[in-house]
Amino acid sequence: MKTRLAVLGVTAAIACIPFLGASNVTLNFLIVALLIALAGQGWNILGGYGGQYSFGHAAFFGAGAYVTAILQVRYGVNAWVGFAAGIAAGALVGAVIGALAFRSGLKGSYFALVTLAFAEVLRIVASVTPITGAGVGTLIKLDMRPQAFQFQSRAAFFWIILVLVLTSLLISARLERTRFGAWLTAIRENEDSARALGVDVFRVKLRAMILSAAITAAAGCFYAQYFLFVDSTIAFGSWISIEALLAPIIGGSGTVFGPIAGALVVRALGEAAKLVAGDAPGIDLAIYGAVLVGIVAFAPRGIVGLVTRLSARLRSGGAEVVVRSGRHG
Amino acid sequence: MAEPLLLVDHVSQSFGGLHAVKSASFDVEAQSITALIGPNGAGKTTLFSIIAGFQKPIDGHVYFAGQDITGLAPHLLARQGLARTFQIVQPFVGLSVRDNIAIGAYLRHRARDRAIAAAEQIAHQLGLGRYLDQPAGTLTVGARKRLELARALATSPRLLLLDEVMAGLNPSEVRDLLPTIRAIRDQGTTILLIEHVMQAVMTLSDRIFVLAEGKIIASGSPESIAANAQVIEAYLGEGAALQYGGSRCTP
Repeated sequence: MKTRLAVLGVTAAIACIPFLGASNVTLNFLIVALLIALAGQGWNILGGYGGQYSFGHAAFFGAGAYVTAILQVRYGVNAWVGFAAGIAAGALVGAVIGALAFRSGLKGSYFALVTLAFAEVLRIVASVTPITGAGVGTLIKLDMRPQAFQFQSRAAFFWIILVLVLTSLLISARLERTRFGAWLTAIRENEDSARALGVDVFRVKLRAMILSAAITAAAGCFYAQYFLFVDSTIAFGSWISIEALLAPIIGGSGTVFGPIAGALVVRALGEAAKLVAGDAPGIDLAIYGAVLVGIVAFAPRGIVGLVTRLSARLRSGGAEVVVRSGRHG
Repeated sequence: MAEPLLLVDHVSQSFGGLHAVKSASFDVEAQSITALIGPNGAGKTTLFSIIAGFQKPIDGHVYFAGQDITGLAPHLLARQGLARTFQIVQPFVGLSVRDNIAIGAYLRHRARDRAIAAAEQIAHQLGLGRYLDQPAGTLTVGARKRLELARALATSPRLLLLDEVMAGLNPSEVRDLLPTIRAIRDQGTTILLIEHVMQAVMTLSDRIFVLAEGKIIASGSPESIAANAQVIEAYLGEGAALQYGGSRCTP
């Protein structure tokens, strides 16, 4: 209940930003950050709560983006219908990869590598097949009408992505209060124990993968509508797999607010780096790397964990916190 | 005699050339506390793993409440009412004691409130009440063993397999745990235990089976097992029975 109120409060506060006279540059920054947050929310369900680290969430992001774009451009399907179909397509790709990987009992780095491989294969296939526009990519026709999911003002896009993020936050908050969520966390903590206590490990992982894929696919669908262009490196490239996992890990994996906190910080750092270093290629990636090392070394539960720890310390009057929460006890 | 709750029928297991279990047969009567003992490396834990569905035997069958459960997945067995603890405790270290036990309770209670309530009740029953909010990773060995027991118990099992729950406990902790285990049995849960702490085995068990080199070499009441020459020799080496007493019996 408390989490749900916090979710609504935070979202309401963010929703007011366009009224404060934010510039298009600011809005654009926030939209992209929220897009990453959404992709990260998806990753966080499987990776943060379930402990299954995927390096290939681009597979779902790309499936969403391509299906949204191709249905409109090649089949004249309505953009909103295409959006929904894109989410479904992402979920389906998640189901297939999940079934194959989990049925063969892949865990840890093996699972990570297999997801990475799937995303890469999809990227290569998308870069040569005609239906995706091959190397040229797919351009969605400009059609500035709400029915076509295109808007004159950035604020409209901003609120739409915010609603999507809100939905994903509520799903995460709900996860923390249901049996499915508890079982998923149990699998992260100790798979054998979970099994012995009656958890159908395969089923729970697969369901988490489908949910996770659908949320990340929604981010892909939104990307297609916002930028009106998709090609194989955007859709299935490793950039989105990396951002989708960096945001929750830096923000606090397995927490409701981790991905959104992480996405804002990561994006802000990336922009700041560009201001300082100009457009030196890869400077943002170098910054991400440094932040990641810092987080892993000093705040294993990310920004959210750090804040909780500091606020607990403040409340206890500066005294050392007695019980250190955290995955490693 | 009524049908036994658990029947292990000529089960064999081998890893490569090593025959860990050789055609072992035994049974556990409902409402009893049955112990499986034997020297190190006798195959006890392997046999346990097979019963709990973590391994498939190369030969033989396991029957639970009259049904063949050989090779059934662990989570399905848990649903049928067969729960196990691990010799090396496997808590969900990042979760609180309450959440740890609730994972087990969720098997029978879908709603969170009811699972938590069931978990708290079991925690109090097992003397873990004051640790409820503590992460499992911060518990002492004794409390971890109780947590392992509590989680398994939360699945409302008909048969509870306890793999060395006494190991690593000091004598007073062992003494404290004995009535707890007896109480679990008295509430209707049948117990099969693997144990090295003889004080526990002798005071708790209704019946004992002795496993040595993968074979069941003796069975009977605690008194008869203590006096069994074959058992003494299995533990202490050939000829030990003559030296330390114990009736010679022909196999």
